[in-house]
Amino acid sequence: MNEKQKYIMLDLGGTPLTPWCRFKRVVKRTFRIELFIGLWVTIREMFKTLFMGKSHTTKYPFEKMPIPPRYRAIHDMLRLLESGHYRCIGCGLCEKICISNCIAMETRYDENQRKEVSEYTINFGRCIFCGYCAEVCPELAIVHGARYETASEQRASFSLFEDMLTPIDRLKEQEEFAGYGAPTPWADKNIKKTPLAY
Amino acid sequence: MDPLMIGIIIKIVLVLAIVSALAGFGTYLERKVLAYMQRRIGPAHVGPLGLLQIVADGIKLLTKEDIIPQNANRIIFMIAPAVTAATAFIALSAVPLFPTFTIPTSFPLIGGAIVPSTIADINIGILFMLGVMGSGLYGPLLAGMAQANKWGILGSARTAVQFLSYEVITGLSLLAPIMLVGSLSLLDFNNAQTGGVGSWILWQQPVAFILFLIAGFAETNRTPFDLLEHEAEIVSGYATEYSGMRWGMFFIGEYANMITISIMASLIFVGGYAPLGFIPGWIAIILKISFFFFLMLWVRASWPHVRPDQLMWFCWKVLMPIAVINVMITGIVVMI
Ligand code: SF4
Ligand code: SF4
Repeated sequence: MNEKQKYIMLDLGGTPLTPWCRFKRVVKRTFRIELFIGLWVTIREMFKTLFMGKSHTTKYPFEKMPIPPRYRAIHDMLRLLESGHYRCIGCGLCEKICISNCIAMETRYDENQRKEVSEYTINFGRCIFCGYCAEVCPELAIVHGARYETASEQRASFSLFEDMLTPIDRLKEQEEFAGYGAPTPWADKNIKKTPLAY
Repeated sequence: MDPLMIGIIIKIVLVLAIVSALAGFGTYLERKVLAYMQRRIGPAHVGPLGLLQIVADGIKLLTKEDIIPQNANRIIFMIAPAVTAATAFIALSAVPLFPTFTIPTSFPLIGGAIVPSTIADINIGILFMLGVMGSGLYGPLLAGMAQANKWGILGSARTAVQFLSYEVITGLSLLAPIMLVGSLSLLDFNNAQTGGVGSWILWQQPVAFILFLIAGFAETNRTPFDLLEHEAEIVSGYATEYSGMRWGMFFIGEYANMITISIMASLIFVGGYAPLGFIPGWIAIILKISFFFFLMLWVRASWPHVRPDQLMWFCWKVLMPIAVINVMITGIVVMI
């Protein structure tokens, strides 16, 4: 059985009605060693943390937790793996669906009569990270990436097309979007029965 | 000047310096121990193992603006933290800390001074310490009332409640060992327990020991009884309006009090600085003091707070009868 599923039913007894019952409860609680069980638990955790490395601390700016694919952080614009060209076909669906009207784009025909994105910005002051743009995109071009540290000196640092586009030299590291609402790879480990199941 | 006089001044400076440093180190220890007990690692970035965190905190406290609220009673507001810190150190003046020694005459200026083991060698050490630590409660009491803040007033009201509750227990619980030893001097207590572990007063007076520990926790506002500045209920209680070093002084006082209570518990109940088998006396007492200090942190990590009314109920209706019965039984045994 999963360790997390060890729910225990506590037998708390009833509320004492008479003063005598109350007195008995006080005496019982005093002489049962429950207080010492509390002490034992904390000292056990202390030894576990000290000598068995069971600490839960993540030294945040130096260590980071993996984030699940569902997480909706700053957007990434992906490239085609074969040619390295950006995937966006300029269809404008994301601009249309965006409920806070924060995507602004301009397109034009290039010399091959292909649609080319000439301007593409997302105003992250307005974006509510709803994920609709990533869901609607037919080309899997705009996706939510992993950059959740959104503090920057200027809002513009994130919002231009070039900033969100995968750098061409890191094309190999580009990860495919698992899909809107994809479960975490380690989701199985987190599944547990709710107390209602008992 | 008289060599003893110079020695006493040196001793005062030593105790002040060492105990304030220990109080600072106590905050570090507390954070570390609590962190480990809660599966964290505590301060870790400033210096090796986070040890320099104390220095960083000290610099922060010293350079912070010292704000005095508009409607506060300025003088009392400014004096109150000093009351807490000063009484904590005054209580330590009656404690025998190291053995007496003489500074070699080759030393310039202070050569030949005799540094005594106790600053004030009074023969009623316990009574003096209890009294001074009791008056230390004027710090939070005055601070809370002087700051024109509702949380502060609540904090000082709780100070009064707490003071009225535990002080009786401290006195009564110590009465029984005092009757056994027949002296109020901490030195006599130490000398009465030189026969190894078996001669500890703890074995003759287990009830008094537990009562004293409980009262000591209340006296130092440690966790099961830290009603004076219970964050979850009254913001920060008496310390709400304090900032900077004035706030820091309350905490130096609190940690110095913790050290004092640990010293009292180890001297009175578990044999003081009598050598323990192969362990020399000075290591034995440091171990004992550290254990009691650790116990306070340990309890803080494990147990929840009580309510003020529960504290009063507990002290007056449970602990006081037990203490009185304990004193009576001890009296009968001593008489027979
Ligand atoms: S996440 Fe939502 S709000 Fe943000 S750009 Fe996409 S559609 Fe607009
Ligand atoms: S929906 Fe996708 S392909 Fe269409 S414009 Fe937006 S990013 Fe480009």
